[in-house]
Amino acid sequence: MFDAVQRNLPFLLGGFWITVKLMVLALAGGIPLGILVGLGRISKKKWVYYPVTFYVNVIRNIPLILVIFWFYFVMPIIVGSPLDPFPSAVISFIVFEATYFGEIFRAGYQSVSKGQIEAGYSTGLTYAQTARYILIPIAVRRMLPSMITQSIITYQDTCLAFVIGLPELVRRATIVDTLEVRSIQLFGFVAFVFWITCYVGSTISRRYEVKEARGV
Amino acid sequence: MLGLAYEFDWSVLWRQPYGMYLLQGIWLTIQLGILSWIIAFLLGVFIGTIRVSSWRSMRFIGTAYVEIFRNIPFLVQLFFWYYAGPMVFGQTIQYRINAIPNLNYYVAIIALGMYTASRVAEHTRAGFAAISRDQYQAALSTGLTRIQMYRYVIIPYALRVIIPPLTTEFLTIFKNSSIAMTIGVAETTFMAYRIDAETFHGLEATTGACLIYLALGLGVVKLMGVLESRFKIHGLIGR
Repeated sequence: MFDAVQRNLPFLLGGFWITVKLMVLALAGGIPLGILVGLGRISKKKWVYYPVTFYVNVIRNIPLILVIFWFYFVMPIIVGSPLDPFPSAVISFIVFEATYFGEIFRAGYQSVSKGQIEAGYSTGLTYAQTARYILIPIAVRRMLPSMITQSIITYQDTCLAFVIGLPELVRRATIVDTLEVRSIQLFGFVAFVFWITCYVGSTISRRYEVKEARGV
Repeated sequence: MLGLAYEFDWSVLWRQPYGMYLLQGIWLTIQLGILSWIIAFLLGVFIGTIRVSSWRSMRFIGTAYVEIFRNIPFLVQLFFWYYAGPMVFGQTIQYRINAIPNLNYYVAIIALGMYTASRVAEHTRAGFAAISRDQYQAALSTGLTRIQMYRYVIIPYALRVIIPPLTTEFLTIFKNSSIAMTIGVAETTFMAYRIDAETFHGLEATTGACLIYLALGLGVVKLMGVLESRFKIHGLIGR
């Protein structure tokens, strides 16, 4: 029944591996940059706040597919030679996801009530200690579900790098499809791979949400 | 710093026929956004409602729908309908489908609508969950029937609670419609890519497309801000 998938399994799994690599790199770059963006968004210095806010507002209004295209077109100008789609895709994903993670960090930080911080000060903690023992633990716990959700979305979005010719899972499925003409099983397989992995991810995320609600 | 000599030519954004391409693209993006939004809203509210129904099999269908459509990337869903659709419906119907002009246009609208419906359903469910049990009891104790309770109390409340998240979804649908370019729907992103193919000035065309989406996004936010303030309930805490 899944003969076309079976015949091309190594090829397809190779594509899946590229998908995973892209996701890991996007998160590894996007989360640290996102922390910086989040810090910029809560900064009181105007020359930090306004440029960062501008960056976030612009990127969040642009479809990811266009961001990918834009970097694919601009990278050769900067680097000086035609670029492999993979680094170009990684850069556009980092730039794009950083704004989303940045907003998650900002929301997490702002969700900690002022009273908590004041309580920290009044017990004689310094700002660093308040951050270390009160602010960060509470904020992280609040942020974790939305961070997992955003990571799953990043994972789903990796297939958009398809448009610049990155040979990831979806692209390879289309390649196999042109040879084998077995659309139902090929795209069914791709859908199943994404579904099962995302379902596991969202189940984990939900477990964290339940824990958060109990206050554990 | 600039390694490759690149002559910028911004006139591809308004020079004919490229300016016309972009205008057609915008028109198609708006069509995709609004039509698939209608599908997403109707289907999503329906699915969200049956997810909280007291009928177990209905609840199961709703949950299955949400879990399936939310956990598969939209691009994959689009490809599935586009490539596998004719095979699912069989050879005879395939010819009839091919007779419809712009098959990919309808595929994109329906796929985008069905995908977004799963997200709307989640917001709808959250909207129902946000209404306290007291409201139901209060409505029943004043002598309303169950239908009247939903008609006059629950649905007005739930709708207002879900308007802000639905605003975000409406914005997202415009951004997601750009994925329809992959099956050849000639919306804004597709047109930017087409200008690149014809003039090799993809950077300018893509930047122009980015600005178009930005303007569209800001427009939608303004529109929805008006809507939200009109439907605001005074005294509903935190909304």
